[in-house]
Amino acid sequence: MAKLTAREVLLNPVFQNNPIGLQILGICSALAVTSNLKTAMVMALGLTLVTAFSNLSISAIRNQIPSSIRMIVQMVIIASLVIVVDQMLKAFAFSVSKQLSVFVGLIITNCIVMGRAEAFAMANPPKLSFYDGIGNGLGYSAMLLTLGVIRELFGAGKLLGFSILPTVNEGGWYVPNGLLLLPPSAFFLIGLIIWGLRSWKVEQKEAPTFRITAHARAESY
Amino acid sequence: MEHYISLFFRSVFVENMALAFFLGMCSFIAISKKIETAIGLGVAVVVVQAITVPANNLLYRYLLKDGALAWAGLPDVDMSFLGLLSYIGVIAAIVQILEMTLDKYVPSLYNALGVFLPLITVNCVILAGSLFMVERDYTFAESGVYGVGSGISWALAITALAGIREKLKYSDVPGGLQGLGITFITIGLMALGFMSFSGVQI
Repeated sequence: MAKLTAREVLLNPVFQNNPIGLQILGICSALAVTSNLKTAMVMALGLTLVTAFSNLSISAIRNQIPSSIRMIVQMVIIASLVIVVDQMLKAFAFSVSKQLSVFVGLIITNCIVMGRAEAFAMANPPKLSFYDGIGNGLGYSAMLLTLGVIRELFGAGKLLGFSILPTVNEGGWYVPNGLLLLPPSAFFLIGLIIWGLRSWKVEQKEAPTFRITAHARAESY
Repeated sequence: MEHYISLFFRSVFVENMALAFFLGMCSFIAISKKIETAIGLGVAVVVVQAITVPANNLLYRYLLKDGALAWAGLPDVDMSFLGLLSYIGVIAAIVQILEMTLDKYVPSLYNALGVFLPLITVNCVILAGSLFMVERDYTFAESGVYGVGSGISWALAITALAGIREKLKYSDVPGGLQGLGITFITIGLMALGFMSFSGVQI
């Protein structure tokens, strides 16, 4: 592996190697908590902290972990960090913690945390791993916040609970698009975002598994 | 009895783990390219879910819940903050034990499920099943029904998606949507379809 600078480690996951868009990691929570911006922000913050600190601590003890039980060790570290986040939320932001319900607990099984611990922290020094955790957290947050903004703004005409586009019900002009508040819309939005991202960064496109022969269609890509 | 049947149907259709709560999405998308592997993973999830949810239910009721340690002479100890750590531990241990038992006694089943079992520990569906069970305060029998039901719901969804994706590979998808993008949109449409079950009252 080439020598990585802190800057690359921090910024690459945001666009080049987005954990949700390209690595298909951590999608569960991205869909379920983004119907309004506030929960999306809390979730993004929680995940970034957990990833960063789990990477830091796993990387700090990486030479002491026997490889046969490394999964369990990683799991225990991650679970402890998630418990801390969960208890903090319950103490200082109880209503948000109720809305997020089980999804805070599910950070444990969020593939981003495990994936980065396994792929990066086990092979790199603590400081760099910490940056990698923050970077991947930022990539995840970027996707989550984009979804949260789109869904809340166009679904309810609000951002963080403040009216931005006055809706018809409140005497304004904006007819809210209720579909965006429903869970399936998150899938459509992520699908479209991936489409956009891949049209911009062409090298991320997947090769089709089955080519349609030239005479069967009018034009090629 | 009626209560359990309605709980079962609700957990399979209305509260479908994959399409209503979006859980287990990573493997849902990664392992759904072929119907056979999708069924294999689905069955493995049903089995593990049916064992771990009741097991965690016992753990919660007799060790972790507020006042649950009364039998040990500690009536006002609340250990529920250790929940997450213990559930994931139980899940990892049960998956490991299951793997070894199957390997020893039912090698044919082990060969069919073997590859998928380790994957399951980090599948959100399993942990979410336990967390939902705690949040909704199910009894032991209810948690058994819920475990089987939620496992089947996920297996059903992944098998359906695999069927669609097998057909989909013959269609002419725009370059950037190829693969992941079109899969997301397909799942979105499936989720819309499953939402129609939410009106069904049993």
